[in-house]
Amino acid sequence: MKIISPDKSILNLVFTFLGGVLLLFIIAPLAGMYLNSSIDSVTEAIGSDEVRSSVWLSLWTSMAGTFLFSFFAIPLAFLLARKNFRFKSIVNGIIDIPIIIPHSAAGIAVLGIVTRESFLGRAGELFGIKFVGSPAGIILAMAFVSIPFLINAARDGFAAVPERLEKIALTLGASPVRVFFTVSLPLAWRSILSGFIMMWARGMSEFGAVIIVAYNPQTAPVLIFERFTSYGLKYSIPAAVVFVTVCLIIFITLRLIKKKR
Amino acid sequence: MLVIDNISLKAGNFELKEISFKVEKGDYFVILGISGVGKSLLLESIAGLIKIISGEIYLRGKKISNEKIQRRNISIVYQDADLFPHMTVFENIAYPLHCRKEKDIKEKVLYAAGQTGVIDKLERYSETLSGGEYQRVALARSLAAGNDIFLLDEPLSSLDPKSKAELRPLLRKLNREGITIVHVTHDYEEAVSLANKIGIMEKGAMVHIAPPEEIFKHPKSEFVARFVGIKNFLRGELKSIKESDLKIFSSGDLDIFCLTDAGDGNSFLLIQPEEISISISSESGSARNHFKGRITDIAGAKIGVEISVEIGGGELIALISSEALNSLSLKIGDEVWVNFKASSCKIYK
Repeated sequence: MKIISPDKSILNLVFTFLGGVLLLFIIAPLAGMYLNSSIDSVTEAIGSDEVRSSVWLSLWTSMAGTFLFSFFAIPLAFLLARKNFRFKSIVNGIIDIPIIIPHSAAGIAVLGIVTRESFLGRAGELFGIKFVGSPAGIILAMAFVSIPFLINAARDGFAAVPERLEKIALTLGASPVRVFFTVSLPLAWRSILSGFIMMWARGMSEFGAVIIVAYNPQTAPVLIFERFTSYGLKYSIPAAVVFVTVCLIIFITLRLIKKKR
Repeated sequence: MLVIDNISLKAGNFELKEISFKVEKGDYFVILGISGVGKSLLLESIAGLIKIISGEIYLRGKKISNEKIQRRNISIVYQDADLFPHMTVFENIAYPLHCRKEKDIKEKVLYAAGQTGVIDKLERYSETLSGGEYQRVALARSLAAGNDIFLLDEPLSSLDPKSKAELRPLLRKLNREGITIVHVTHDYEEAVSLANKIGIMEKGAMVHIAPPEEIFKHPKSEFVARFVGIKNFLRGELKSIKESDLKIFSSGDLDIFCLTDAGDGNSFLLIQPEEISISISSESGSARNHFKGRITDIAGAKIGVEISVEIGGGELIALISSEALNSLSLKIGDEVWVNFKASSCKIYK
């Protein structure tokens, strides 16, 4: 009797084919974009102050938002992983709202809380911070749409830390604060780092929410959109190639670092 | 040293009911019970990891029922997975010293590691340790914490026999050197080899506390009786019979006649297997107890053969000779009669 090895089963062949189609769906448009751009046009885009500053703006505002909001997201994630409380499922649902709503609507929602008439807008003005049409507004818009990635990853990371280790640390004389910083946080760090990377990556590629809060200064996605609508596909591709390349380099580097740790 | 005064607690569907016992300074107190009776919950409640709903816990003369975990000064060691995996052995042992902001951390770590035999493992991570080494490090960390009472939750259960044999002397040594130990286990041999006092737990309650020899000489629980090789140990209710010197012991569907002067009420019945005879048909001798049942097992004993017979939802074991087995041609599944005298029933309160 001939034994069919698992690797050669029809099921595996079908699944491999279907998976391959999906990978092609992701890779093909990106590859097409690279193939449709000449080295000269990409070099020109790299040399353009407008492109460089928009890429840099995307990178640092997203990083700033991720860093700033992690001070709120990580404690919340810990509470969600460790404590049972009333309406916990509702809180979990609220966290995912930015993922499911249209990002243009998210931008309008954020704009509503940062205009000069709003409390936050007025409070910001007292300290000389302007949100609309400024990096501060971009940071808020990016954070709004990308924060679920950090909270969810950190919550799963904390939940995976055996509670027993935290209890043992307490019996060894550690305060709850020390337990958090010496046991819970280091053991959940891998997941938190994943969430950090995802939030940063998602934030810097955000377009819909950002364009409503701040058309200018232009982040890279807004610049690409503007070039596309004003000058067409051919003119927008080099800027897109530069931005996608930067994103990929950062993304791959961070994943490698995370893997090594 | 440690006084548990009538504590009760609830965790999920599980309850501990009105548990009381005392552990003197220097005691090696073993809590013995089958898995799932609440032994670990009891330990965690002492350490403060689970809140009690009533009763009090006193440690070193002070009430600690509502004391914060980190202020109870009690170390707990589990059967596994209790070292911090992101720290080296040195860092694990030093952890409680850092928490207490102590000085001379290195010397203290070396001392604790020396006491437990892990001084050559200090740079390693927990995932590279064997089961025995792992538990030694956990004990070293408890020593470094400076606590004089250790709660051990099945600390030897996940170890191979060789590691178990190596770790027992270490536990005895720590106890001799002044550490009071409360150790929970389901292993009867472990309890006998370590304890100077044993508490038997059954269904969320502490049913018997005594020195090992007392526990096993006069077992008050089916669990202990089974461990020490006592067969036919039944729990039930004893009732007098009007105008008779016999009493009736009811256990499940079984009603057994007993000749005893024990008082009525809940009790345990013990019938030695050699007091039970097996017959193919009902006997009509002086024996008062005759039960029809089916043979479920035939096993060779040290002397003779043990016949297990299923009766009225329970099981009785009779010890007969091989010759009797052959002459009656007994085999598993046969219907037989089990017979024993009312006077062969021993009643324990």
